[in-house]
Amino acid sequence: MQRLVLLGDEAIAQAAIDAGISGIYAYPGTPSTEITEYVQHSKEAKEKGIRASWSTNEKTAMEAALGMSYAGKRSMVCMKHVGLNVAADPFVNSAITGANGGMIVVAADDPSMHSSQNEQDSRVLGKFAMIPILEPANQQEAYDMVHYGFEISEKYKIPVMLRITTRLAHSRAGVTRKDAKGQNELSLPKNLTQFVLLPAIARRQYKDLLKNQDNFRKEAETSGFNHYYEGKDKKLGIIASGLGYNYLMENYGENGCPHPVLKICQYPMPLNLLKKISDECEELLLLEEGAPMIEELLRGILDNGGKIKGRLDGTVPRDGELNPNIAARALGLTDTRGDDIPSLVVPRPPSLCAGCPHIDSYLDLNAVLAEYTPGRVFADIGCYTLGALPPYNSVNSCVDMGASITMAKGASEAGLTPAVAVIGDSTFTHSGITGLLDCVNDNAHVTIFILDNATTGMTGGQTSSAYGRIEDICKGVGVEEDHIHVINPMKRYHEENMKLIQKELSYDGVSVIIPRRECIQTIGKKGKDKTGGERPK
Amino acid sequence: MKKDIILAGVGGQGILSIASVIGVAAVNIGLHLKQAEVHGMSQRGGDVQSHLRLSDKIIYSDLIPFGKADMIISVEPMESLRYLPYLSPDGWIITNDKPFVNIPNYPEQENVMKELSARQHNIAIDADKIAKESGSLRSANMVILGASSPFLDIDYGKLEEAIKIIFGRKGDSVVNVNLKAMKAGRGIAEKKI
Repeated sequence: MQRLVLLGDEAIAQAAIDAGISGIYAYPGTPSTEITEYVQHSKEAKEKGIRASWSTNEKTAMEAALGMSYAGKRSMVCMKHVGLNVAADPFVNSAITGANGGMIVVAADDPSMHSSQNEQDSRVLGKFAMIPILEPANQQEAYDMVHYGFEISEKYKIPVMLRITTRLAHSRAGVTRKDAKGQNELSLPKNLTQFVLLPAIARRQYKDLLKNQDNFRKEAETSGFNHYYEGKDKKLGIIASGLGYNYLMENYGENGCPHPVLKICQYPMPLNLLKKISDECEELLLLEEGAPMIEELLRGILDNGGKIKGRLDGTVPRDGELNPNIAARALGLTDTRGDDIPSLVVPRPPSLCAGCPHIDSYLDLNAVLAEYTPGRVFADIGCYTLGALPPYNSVNSCVDMGASITMAKGASEAGLTPAVAVIGDSTFTHSGITGLLDCVNDNAHVTIFILDNATTGMTGGQTSSAYGRIEDICKGVGVEEDHIHVINPMKRYHEENMKLIQKELSYDGVSVIIPRRECIQTIGKKGKDKTGGERPK
Repeated sequence: MKKDIILAGVGGQGILSIASVIGVAAVNIGLHLKQAEVHGMSQRGGDVQSHLRLSDKIIYSDLIPFGKADMIISVEPMESLRYLPYLSPDGWIITNDKPFVNIPNYPEQENVMKELSARQHNIAIDADKIAKESGSLRSANMVILGASSPFLDIDYGKLEEAIKIIFGRKGDSVVNVNLKAMKAGRGIAEKKI
């Protein structure tokens, strides 16, 4: 079969195409973005008519994927770990409705927070929903698990989670393809009330989900993705999940690990194998990429096992991603390290690009706010979060998608007026509109900047659902037309913009200011500004 | 055969193109490969790095262990020093000596070069200048790739083939500029070894 060199994300996408999906749904989010982009750019996917455009947010994506599954076809929905929080409502309930056509939920976690605001472990949410979880250790497993995941999803009529982390998502390796399958025919669930979660039906379905746990566990014991490797030195047994297995084996190479190793890549956990390693070995070491989920379960609340080492006793750091050296230290092997970084090497933090429209927006805003006490700007998730760093020091919060508008509202209601929200165009349609409606309903004294750069910038310039309709949305939600202003964030309009911002800050009600100029990165790619704004000189 | 390479630079300098060329050449001669990249927030003018691992045996970790890298290939001099903890005691640094200054506290270039030359195995060249002479400033990354090519244990012809595969879609002139830049880089490195 054909062998390709693919990112982990791309291996998942290629597998989804080969496994016969009819649609993929997602909102961009590092490190998950490249899965959907790969399908969008795939000639094969186009020929097969696979739908792949961006959804407005992870919740709408999850629900649409569930709808496609209802109709009997295979669907995939992809998001970063915090996106799963946004989609948590349909996600958890989809375990109770169950699936019809196969459905895989890809959650891409970011331990060490390379590009995220937290490092939560999606396995915990998968366990909470009580669905099968697959956690590939390499790109080939990621590819194979998509095929397998769709099979068990249809066998047990249950959505399946595929949990990956940054280092797999964004690392390339060779992947061998399997034969491509055709798509499922349209076919509705046999029981047309399967997806109706009225209490009487939900209670029944929930019992079925509970009953299925044994089946899911049996799958995890027999699929082969969980594997017990014998070892002679039974003083220590090692339980390694996902990438933890790679970092363990990196330390032993061809000679192999002298200790018994249980590689866990599928959940619910294989009890027979856990019991075997626990019975055979004097001590256990846990290497988990992410939270100490298996470790906590093994220890139990009283932690009286007494022979478990991992993140909770400090053998492995409590936070951050693993690496081969962390594994070496946990194993008591010789650690290696080159020279120290010379003291003259200074950090080079990410920064707004030269010519970025957000720079001018912040300079305008800073100039006006200089008259007020500091600490009144609530920002959101996107490139403009970098406005928190010098030289701008413009913003005072960044919590989750959409929180700028609603936090500004709450703060203004506490007496902090004027309160300012700064949100990007794509983030606004993702999760800002409902907050804006709250502001309108309470006539909150807030000034909301919707920075319209006509794209989803931080993740690499994907289409924005807001494109061309921000003013109409604001009007529709009920913002007064006199208080919706579009400005051009350019140096030459600085004075003019300042005056307008000043006026709106003093207005005791909801104002929306839309600084509009296309992202300097996407202009470069397409050669013209599709917002109709001017190109920076 | 095993080569563990840290590729370093600043977002936008084209280190992933270097990784692609070496990667395609390696896969075409049947080597195993793993290459971890940085995407997302840190790309915006921040420091970026990629771990490129080649071997004739199975590769487990996507990350190179500290102290085990055979080479640091960098498109920026200060960035080459950032990854010294990864470099093995007999590893090589191949770097552009032209600073990319987008921060106010960038150290004196002279001091950066002093730190570099204190390393036993290093090659520092003005890749920007050589790239310009080869036809395009944007091919500085290929100059650096050329300078590192004598250390890669990959037939030079295979790297040329890889450039043709990767840049072929962009037309012959782009391919030729990159080939020329790589060759110029190689020539200079060979003189310095």
